[in-house]
Order: sequence, then structure tokens, then C-alpha cells
Amino acid sequence: MSTVVQPASPADTSRPTSELIRVEEVHKYYELGETRVHALRGVSVTISRGEFVAIMGASGSGKSTFMNLLGCLDRPSSGRYLLENTDVAQLDKKALAAIRNRKLGFVFQGFNLLSRTTALENVELPTLYAQLNKEERLTRAREALRTVGLEDRMDHFPSQLSGGQQQRVAIARSLVNRPSILLADEPTGNLDSRTSVEIMDVFQQLNDQGLTIVLVTHEPDISRFAKRTLLFRDGKIRRDDPVADRPRAGEVLKALPKLED
Amino acid sequence: MDFLSILRVAWRALSRNKLRSSLTMLGVIIGVGAVIAMVGVGQGASQAVQQQISAMGSNVVFVSSGTVNRGGLRLGWGQTKSLVYDDMRAIVRECAAVRAAAPGASSAEQVVFGNDNWFTNVQGTEPQYFDIRDWTLAAGVPFTQPDVEAAANVAVIGNTVRQNLFGAADPVGQTIRIKDLPFRVVGVLNAKGQSAHMGQDQDDVIFVPITTLQKKLTGDTWLRFIVVSAVSRQASYAAQQEITALLRDRHRIRPGQDDDFIVRNLADIAQLADESSRVMTLLLASIAGVSLIVGGIGIMNIMLVSVTERTREIGIRMAIGATEDDVQRQFLTEAVVLSLLGGAVGILFGIGSSLLITRLLGWAVVISPAAIAVAALFSGAVGIFFGFYPARKAARLDPIEALRFE
Ligand SMILES: Nc1ncnc2c1ncn2[C@@H]1O[C@H](COP(=O)(O)OP(=O)(O)O)[C@@H](O)[C@H]1O
Ligand SMILES: [Mg+2]
Repeated sequence: MSTVVQPASPADTSRPTSELIRVEEVHKYYELGETRVHALRGVSVTISRGEFVAIMGASGSGKSTFMNLLGCLDRPSSGRYLLENTDVAQLDKKALAAIRNRKLGFVFQGFNLLSRTTALENVELPTLYAQLNKEERLTRAREALRTVGLEDRMDHFPSQLSGGQQQRVAIARSLVNRPSILLADEPTGNLDSRTSVEIMDVFQQLNDQGLTIVLVTHEPDISRFAKRTLLFRDGKIRRDDPVADRPRAGEVLKALPKLED
Repeated sequence: MDFLSILRVAWRALSRNKLRSSLTMLGVIIGVGAVIAMVGVGQGASQAVQQQISAMGSNVVFVSSGTVNRGGLRLGWGQTKSLVYDDMRAIVRECAAVRAAAPGASSAEQVVFGNDNWFTNVQGTEPQYFDIRDWTLAAGVPFTQPDVEAAANVAVIGNTVRQNLFGAADPVGQTIRIKDLPFRVVGVLNAKGQSAHMGQDQDDVIFVPITTLQKKLTGDTWLRFIVVSAVSRQASYAAQQEITALLRDRHRIRPGQDDDFIVRNLADIAQLADESSRVMTLLLASIAGVSLIVGGIGIMNIMLVSVTERTREIGIRMAIGATEDDVQRQFLTEAVVLSLLGGAVGILFGIGSSLLITRLLGWAVVISPAAIAVAALFSGAVGIFFGFYPARKAARLDPIEALRFE
């Protein structure tokens, strides 16, 4: 398929032409019978390779709607969305699925792992849709689990893992096809504060290796681990600030009291 | 997603709900089993009919009194009184294609031997009848032409009559009473089974000389039928035509008028019987086919439930890169695996019940590879057909909505 650009590996993100995402005047309406909800009211933003963006905002401000657009799960009602210079509006459903599979990694608030399926098999899942051979699939799935520090939990089922561990499995799953961007919608929403910082540690390390991350959170404590914050209000970006004095999650963890388990 | 992985996922999803999957398959199992058993019964009946027809005798042409309906052959014979002994003599004398002929008339009578009695069909004929119908004797000899001329009280009994009156004892030489007249049993016939065209027990019969029947039992001279043997199988059509022409002439039937007799040759009867057993097979198969369709609806139902239950899973798969085709193929495969598994078990079930029908009812049941192949194909088709809509529904889900599904 000619419209799909080859998935970039996190390693080659230091190229000079580094614009990854360009969103121009995007609107999104939801038709609800008679009424029409205007969820996004003209959003424009560009995100470059290697960025780590935290999206903040009150509930209902349009953060998830925006993430769904970035994730090619939905299309804008108007405006343009260019992903690696490709206008997503031009692509058919099959091409969008291929983009989700190879260029994007998703992490959700509710983990969204398949139950009664082992950690390894959950992580392997995206590789099945990427037509990789069995050997390559397993190698990559193991490698991704190692990246998130769960190589010793490969054969565990989600029900046998803690929330933080389940979220790590989900992160490993999002990494397995070596995407250009990791999209995370409130990934720490269901986790306690220490585990949240642990997840942010994983994100920071991945970002250090060049992976672009866009993350939604409504906790300021979490957003400060990112490099840049966007503030949404009423379907618009109200503020766009770089993060000054970004703490290292690894350091913060050392200061936090250890959980006894 | 490669086919092996699809199969593995399908297998897993199905084995997660073992009871539900088995119950769903049950519909297809019964459907496929019923198709195989019913087609087997139908084909078995048809085969039995063909055997009986060829057992009726070589090159046989039946002439009976009665009329032909415009719609086709009328099955009830002997309705009109039109055939006489001289018709038979004339047929033998004048029809070149005819080798031999025997007269037939009958009367339903109570037959007594010792303390046992039996109500049966007493037929009058001549000795060549047994030869024409290829009907051999198990014991004794047939009565003779002198017996016919003398209107002697002698009888050749069918196997059913032997069983009912004599049990294990030897009937030859014994005396039975028909309408209070004593008859000496001279021969016992081998079993011939049910008749092809009416399913009557052909062995429930006693043969006596035609003269004896007419003079001592019925008191009239009409024949019910004449059994004719053509010189060869090919000649039976010629014989049929010669006989028709001859009898129309003898009975003074003007052109345009209906015959007052019916001439049928073996081929006609075979065709008639074949047609009716084909209709029966078709009927049985379609009844069984309906249960296969009901099984398919069961699969559709459970697949719809499964799609709803697994909405979130579908959303996850789509979010990580499954295309609509991937999802559709997944659910379609599950439906087809269900129906094919059901089909496989159904084939065993069908073969088993065919054997059971043969064992318990004594019917000849043909287990035909064609029926098995068709049933297997059909069960696969049922899976595709009834799995398509649920799979389509799954593929059409909106990933965002699906992910939000609780
Ligand atoms: N599928 C939908 N149908 C109708 N309205 C929706 C839908 N999804 C979101 N909305 C509305 O759009 C607005 C933005 O929602 P959302 O993007 O989920 O906000 P956030 O994630 O920031 O809490 C809200 O008013 C919400 O009710
Ligand atoms: Mg939200």
C-alpha cells in the first residue's frame, strides 16, 4: 500500500525534518438526535519527533476526542490532520487500520487487555495483524515485555497481575510493532500515585530513546513529567507551555515511600 | 492475520464456553445426522424396490382388468370384469413377443390347519406362473397341469402362510381347509418379500389351480390378471403393444374408446416405484434439511450473543490494527468451525442412526458417501451463511464505541 509510510523505528527520530503531527483548525461535532455537541472547536497544533506532550483539561473539554482523532480511530468533522505529512482524511479504513497497527501505539486508562490471554499473547496481538512470522512475533513480544520490566511475568494472565503490571503489559503491547507515536489516554487514571510515577518512569525512558509520546492526564503531578503541556478548555487549546524543571520519575520514585508487598 | 492464528483464536473462543458451543452444535449435529439417515432410508427403500422388481421375474408384463386414467396409470387393478381365460390363451397363441402366460384370480379366505387359522389371499393360477415369476419352491413341487384340468384340491403356500399355520413343521403332504374344503399342500414357496408397487406381503398367499378357485371358491370365470413373460427383456415393450392391440380387438373396443384393461411391463413399474422412492427421499431429505437450517439459526443466535459479549475485545483488536476484514474473518471462522464440527459429529451420528434403523426396524439403509459429502458441504455452507450477518455486525462496530462498552 503506497499511502502507508514505512513505520519509523524509535531510533531514527533525530532527523532534522522532525514534524510528526500537524493538526489544522480541527472541529469535531457529535450529532445526538436534535442536539449537536461541538467537542472540538478549532484545534491547531504541531508535534515533532521526540516530544513528550501532556494534554490537560477538565472533564468534557475534548481531550479524548482529540486523542481518538490523533489515533485514527475517528475523523475530524472539518480541518486537516497530517500524520508524517500524510493527510489522514485521504485514507480508507484499511489504511487507517494499518496506521494504527504500525505507526501508533495505544495505552488506555482501563488497560484493555484480553482476559484469559497471557501477557505474552496480549503483547503479541498487534504483530498478528502485521503479518509477521511466528519467530519474529515472539522475539518482538519478549523484547517489548523486557522493555517494561515484565520478562518474568510472560505467562501470567491479566487477572494475576497488579494494575501497574497490567498497564506495563499494555505499554509493551503498544510498543511491539515499533510505532512512531505512543498515545496514552489517562494511563494512570486507575493507578495509585506511586504506580503512576512508575509508569511515568517507563514513559520517560521510552521518550529518552526517541519515542514520541502524547499523554492525557488531569493530574498536574503527572503532567510535569512531560516536556510540554497543552491545556484544553471547551474544545480548544488554551495554553501551550514547555515544562520547566522537569523531574525524573526515577528520582522521584526513590524519594517516595516504598510499598510493602 | 494468518489462517492458523485465526483458527487458534476461534478455537479458544469456542472452548471458553464449552457447554454453549456444544448445545449450539447440537442443531447442526441433528440436522446433518438426519439428512444422512433420511437419505439413507430413502435410498435403501429405492434399492430394495429395485431388487423386488427384478425379483418379480424376468421380462414380466402384467395385464389386469381395469381402466387407465388420463393422468397416468391407475394402481387399483381388477376393478372391472373384463378378462377371461380365453384372453390368456389368445395372448400366448397370437402374440409373437410372448413366451408364456398364466392366469390369475383371487379370493380372500379363512384358512384352517389344526387349531390354527389364517386369513389370506387365495390365488388361482396355472403351474407356469411360478416359472414366469422366477418363484422357486422351498419344499415340495408346484401343482401340475393335470391338477388344473381336474380342478384338484391342491395348494402351494407362501412363506408367511407357512409360518402362521405350520410354524416349524413341514407342511408338504398336510391337509388344510379353505372355505371348509380340504386342500393338500404340495409345495412351499421361498420368501419373496414385499411387493414393489404396493408394499404388500407377497408371501401371504396360497396358490391353487385356477379351475379349482373358479369352480369351488369364487364361482365365477373372470380373471383379475394375466401374468405374461416376454421372450426377452427388449421384447417386453413389443409384447405390451401386441397384447394391447389383441385385447382391444377381442373386447371390441372402438378407436378413441378407453381400454378396459391395463398392460404394464416391468420397466413401467420400476420407473413408477423409482419415482415414488425418489420423491420420498427428497421429502425426507428436505425435512432433515429444515433441521439443518434450524441448527444454522442457532449458530447465528449464539454468534450474535458472542459479538455483543466481546464488543470490547473487538474494539481492542481494531484499535491495535485489526481491519474490518480481520474481524469479519474471525467471527466467520468461529461460525464455520462450529458448524463443521457439528457436521463431523453429525456424520457419525447419521451413520450410527442408519445402522440402528437397519438393526431395529430391519430396513435397508444405504450410507451413501455422496450424502455424507453433501451434508459436510452443507454444514460448512450453513456456517458461512448464518455466520455472515453476526460477523458483519462485528466488523461494522465503531472502535471507539466498542472500547467504551462495559
Ligand atoms: N460519542 C459521543 N457522542 C456524543 N458526544 C460525545 C461523544 N464523545 C464525546 N462526546 C462529548 O464531547 C465532549 C468532549 O468529550 P471528551 O473528548 O470525552 O472529553 P474529555 O476526554 O476531555 O473528558 C463532551 O461534552 C462529551 O460529552
Ligand atoms: Mg476522556
